Amino acid sequence: MTAQEIRLCGLLLQEHFGEVVEKVGTHLLQRGAQNLRTIVQETNLSVNLVKKCLCVLVQHGACCFTSGRKGPGSPTEYRACSDRILRVLRYPRYIYTAKTLYGDTGELIIEELLQRGHMTMSGTVKTVADRLTQNMEEGHSMDYREVSSAFSKLVETHFLQRCPPVGGAGTSGTTAPAAAPAAAATPAAAVSVAPPTPESFPECYSVPHVSLIGRGKRQLVPENGEDQRNAKRAKMDTETHGDEGIYWQVNFERFHQHFRDQAIISAVANKLDQTSSEIVRTILRMSEVTTSATAACTKPLSANEVFRSLPASYNIPRHILDQYLTLLVDDPMEFVGKTGESGGGMFVVNLHRALANLARATVESIVQERFGSRSARIFRLLLRKRHLEQKQVEDFAMIPAKEAKDMLYTLLSHNLVQLQEIPKTPDFAPSRTFYLYTVNQLPTARMLLQNCYKTVANLIERRLFETKENKRLLEKSQRIEAILASLQASGAEPEQLSEVEEMISAPEKQQLDVLKLHVNKLDSAENQVDETIFILESYVSSTSTS
Amino acid sequence: MAGKGRGVGAFTFNIEALGIGRGSMPEARVGPSPLYPNTDFKPVPLKVGEDEDYMLALKQEMRGVMQRLPHNIKAQSSRADVEKYTERYLKQRQIEDEAWTPDWNLFPKELMPRTKKPRTKATKNKKSGKGSSKEAADVLSKLDELEKKDDGNAEKSDDEPEKKAKNEEEEEIEEEEYEEEDLEEDNDYIESYFDNGEDFAADSDDNMDGEATY
Repeated sequence: MTAQEIRLCGLLLQEHFGEVVEKVGTHLLQRGAQNLRTIVQETNLSVNLVKKCLCVLVQHGACCFTSGRKGPGSPTEYRACSDRILRVLRYPRYIYTAKTLYGDTGELIIEELLQRGHMTMSGTVKTVADRLTQNMEEGHSMDYREVSSAFSKLVETHFLQRCPPVGGAGTSGTTAPAAAPAAAATPAAAVSVAPPTPESFPECYSVPHVSLIGRGKRQLVPENGEDQRNAKRAKMDTETHGDEGIYWQVNFERFHQHFRDQAIISAVANKLDQTSSEIVRTILRMSEVTTSATAACTKPLSANEVFRSLPASYNIPRHILDQYLTLLVDDPMEFVGKTGESGGGMFVVNLHRALANLARATVESIVQERFGSRSARIFRLLLRKRHLEQKQVEDFAMIPAKEAKDMLYTLLSHNLVQLQEIPKTPDFAPSRTFYLYTVNQLPTARMLLQNCYKTVANLIERRLFETKENKRLLEKSQRIEAILASLQASGAEPEQLSEVEEMISAPEKQQLDVLKLHVNKLDSAENQVDETIFILESYVSSTSTS
Repeated sequence: MAGKGRGVGAFTFNIEALGIGRGSMPEARVGPSPLYPNTDFKPVPLKVGEDEDYMLALKQEMRGVMQRLPHNIKAQSSRADVEKYTERYLKQRQIEDEAWTPDWNLFPKELMPRTKKPRTKATKNKKSGKGSSKEAADVLSKLDELEKKDDGNAEKSDDEPEKKAKNEEEEEIEEEEYEEEDLEEDNDYIESYFDNGEDFAADSDDNMDGEATY
């Protein structure tokens, strides 16, 4: 937990949950696990407000609670999860991925779940069906069954998972009667102090039987059908669908696996060609379910198996496949490895090696864009040769001594290159010491990751500043839009409408356009920095598990 | 001579051995690096395309929706501010929010609101959340009542937008009046405070005066 991460988390919380939640959240991030009393005392907020904030944080999984850490009967402690808060940055990507994989229905399911933190299946299906119906033409509506099947598909592919049931040691005494239905559905967890992972429950990916029949409802025009709708909704709310107490959340790990696979596939496609990327895609798809999230490489597959699973449309004959596989194994990026000779050769995808290589490429390209291609040459040289003296760097990089020195020192001062002293005698006399330059990939990646967090925080800050500067103008345009909408609803004449529209003068309009352009650019930049963050984060986390 | 010798002699070895020749020493650093340093290389433009545009739209929509959900908790102090004309539109939109009651099975019991007061408030919100036109009208009329109940402040803010349209001068005058009122109040407070001080330390004051005249 670094200062940059806390700053970014604070900004994200503020933007999505308001200032009060941000205060409680950053407090928890800075102080670690704390109980309710301490939080109330140290934040100077009212008890009810703190409670509300904690509810919001827990609802969104940004905060977990354990009880009885200091012995049975000790108060419940709350701990903020910075990882989960930083995921907010990636929400658009999750939603977009769901759209590409499962269409509009999948998109809306993921969107609803991300907005609400966690929901029951019946609740999600109903809301999504209603929203889809809203967007359809008059007379059409979305069937609940269709949405349910999309939901089940998302669960089958592990993109959604059940929220782990609450099974704390301290709370079990008081909550036993209330939690009984939940405990019956999912076998009670072994009482442990460590927070349970969702995957540790056997029914994590089993869809309960949900009795949901009907179609999405269109929001009726307020005037005529108001009372009717209220009555209907009240009736609907009291209905039970057989899945009460079973809540679902988005499985971020699964999404990350998908992003990682896509990154590997596109890297292969860029490095070699389309066909080889399709082969890698096939191998990854075959081992999708059998490989655990943290495995260093996929389960070995024989060339025969790969051949049989290749989609017929690719038209790759067997001997060509063998050639491609040899080519992939020989490639210096080492995406694909060979583990045995049986069955025409056993092949794996080296997931961690691939992540390391992707991260290296990212770091290299950052150096190239920041310091120019000649500095990047020195950087790559050091990566390959590990330790080099200054003289050697100048010679190998084929750059004039003076310039090379300058570049090397610039890289050194930005901490991208490290200096290692090796004295010949114990007195570290400079004349009898080797000065070796080297690049450590992991610390460099960590540092760049922190820089990325800082970048995003700065982008958000800048966007807030821009909107604050033009607050009056934004409010005015909002007001005019509201007036326009109400006028249109009441069927006003076009002259009246244009008159209202002219309330915003031309320079003001221009200023609004400029503002919109800036905000869009900043938002887009946030999205794209997050792609770099993803690569670096997965590389750093892969080194900690292997 | 000695001074010069010391400057050169700071290195007890031949610096040529390090590959640093005469005149090729990098410049010494003076002070911290600038906050916005000049970059030699301009940043690469952002990726543009359908995917990026869609994700941008998703991001902005998400932000808007999240700010309107009941999960977004507003600071209490903002309510005490003078009501603005635009806030009426915003308020109308916020009233349509449904209140959020979490499933308490998943939360620690201590987070449940204990007192009765906030609960009844929540249910009220929920009712208005259903938002029939009648109830919305009720809410609006209630808001009006509350405004009337409030003293001068609320009325003034109510009048403000109209006056803006009519005449700016009038408004200025009004503001001045307002300020005067404030000043008067301030003065009252200070005078009373000052009185107390006089009473308490009357003797010492006299002494001080005496000393000053002499």
